[in-house]
Amino acid sequence: MLVKLIERFGAAVEKPVEGVGRCVLLLFSSLKLIFKPPLETRNIFGQMLEIGVNSLPVVLITAVFTGMVLALQSYTGFKRFGAEGLVGSVVALSMTRELGPVLSALIVTGRAGGAMAAELGTMRVTEQIDALETLATNPVKYLVVPRLLSGTIMLPALAIVTDIIGIMGGYFVTVMLLGASSKAYLRATWDFLEMEDIYNGLIKACVFGAAFSLISCYKGFYTKGGAEGVGRATTGAVVMSSMTILISDYFLSAWLFK
Amino acid sequence: MIELIDIHKSFEGKPVLRGVNLRVEKGESVVVIGGSGSGKSVLLKHIIGLLKPDKGQVLVNSTDLLQLDEDGLNEMRKKFGMLFQSAALFDSMPVWENVGFGLKRHTALHDREIKEIAVQKLKMVGLVGIEDLMPSELSGGMRKRVGLARAIAMEPEILLYDEPTTGLDPIMADAINDLIIKMREKLNVTSVAITHDMKSAYKIADTIAMLYNGVIISRGAPEEIINTQDPAVRQFVEGRAEGPIIIEGVNK
Repeated sequence: MLVKLIERFGAAVEKPVEGVGRCVLLLFSSLKLIFKPPLETRNIFGQMLEIGVNSLPVVLITAVFTGMVLALQSYTGFKRFGAEGLVGSVVALSMTRELGPVLSALIVTGRAGGAMAAELGTMRVTEQIDALETLATNPVKYLVVPRLLSGTIMLPALAIVTDIIGIMGGYFVTVMLLGASSKAYLRATWDFLEMEDIYNGLIKACVFGAAFSLISCYKGFYTKGGAEGVGRATTGAVVMSSMTILISDYFLSAWLFK
Repeated sequence: MIELIDIHKSFEGKPVLRGVNLRVEKGESVVVIGGSGSGKSVLLKHIIGLLKPDKGQVLVNSTDLLQLDEDGLNEMRKKFGMLFQSAALFDSMPVWENVGFGLKRHTALHDREIKEIAVQKLKMVGLVGIEDLMPSELSGGMRKRVGLARAIAMEPEILLYDEPTTGLDPIMADAINDLIIKMREKLNVTSVAITHDMKSAYKIADTIAMLYNGVIISRGAPEEIINTQDPAVRQFVEGRAEGPIIIEGVNK
């Protein structure tokens, strides 16, 4: 009975454990190849454009409305015990420490992570990745390394934009719509915000950027089974990346913001 | 010269190749025939190191591919050109960049020179004025020919063809066969093709080898294969459902 239970447990965890192992191996192979010439600058800039610049509109809209709703909810809630003056601090701390990195990571995962998995998955099932190898080109170096680097570099940049725009959205609602004092809002923002909050938020964004791009590349790179497989890889990349971002967010926050 | 010695390969415990031995002399054109799922593509992928055998040796010009590190294997791959069944063109780049991909990565040539060479190679396969189109704008036959132009762009010693005529109309298939012969005559390459198109096999092969049950069961010149008494080979070349080759769900 116990042996059967262990066997069942083993069978259930075998595939996920194998997946994690292959994902880590892909990370090590990529790290080993980063500085090996040629540097794939064209691919890296292309991916930075795709992940960073092309995600800007959706990140901006999300950031401004998140800042606005955060200010609105905080203001009406805090008003009950006369703490409206702290709205600026709440918005600034929430955006820099938490919402900036996490929201931008989740948005980019949905947009660029899904696209990465779909692109690499299609390349796998149409033998384009095999073709790269026959042309004496390492596909990990050519395809995975630029995406991993771009994700890790561009997500902190997007998180900064999210932080700033979110704080501006909060300012707009608190000062322009709800009539609070502009001076008080800005003072509350700066008085309680420390550089450490911003740095640590950016470290989180770096980790999320590396995580979503690695997982999306892994899912796409090892796609099997035609169009259906590409669909599965795309969904899997978005779900697995989002889960990883949210779970690692807790542990990173516990570690960074002691 | 290519030599496959006792190649075994299994996928998830299912044996596909069970001891393949095949020798291809320099300048020879060998066509491997066999049914769908018989392991022909797996065999071809071993020759260029895309797959590693569970057991056995792959020798190219007397070098064992399994003994090479990644850089060594990539150096070896520069001697190869491969035409894929679906052409496997890179969707994200125009035709000339597809053709010149190897040159861009492995030579110091400028884009302008690479484009000139690509145009020249495209002309060799009968395509003019399409260098700036994207692969999605091409027909199946054109894609195959662009794939062939890409395969010959680095002037390889060995050309591998994976089902070169599959999915093409008979006229286009014959045009591709003519191109394969022309490539061999012009470039003096060694070639290995896999196909189940017997018309193509008879036309382009010096030697035909039949893969069945994971081993090469027969090998000879096209006329020897036509006149063979081996019942499995006869069944295959005559295209009969009845015979020793059993197709699951069709034969009883």
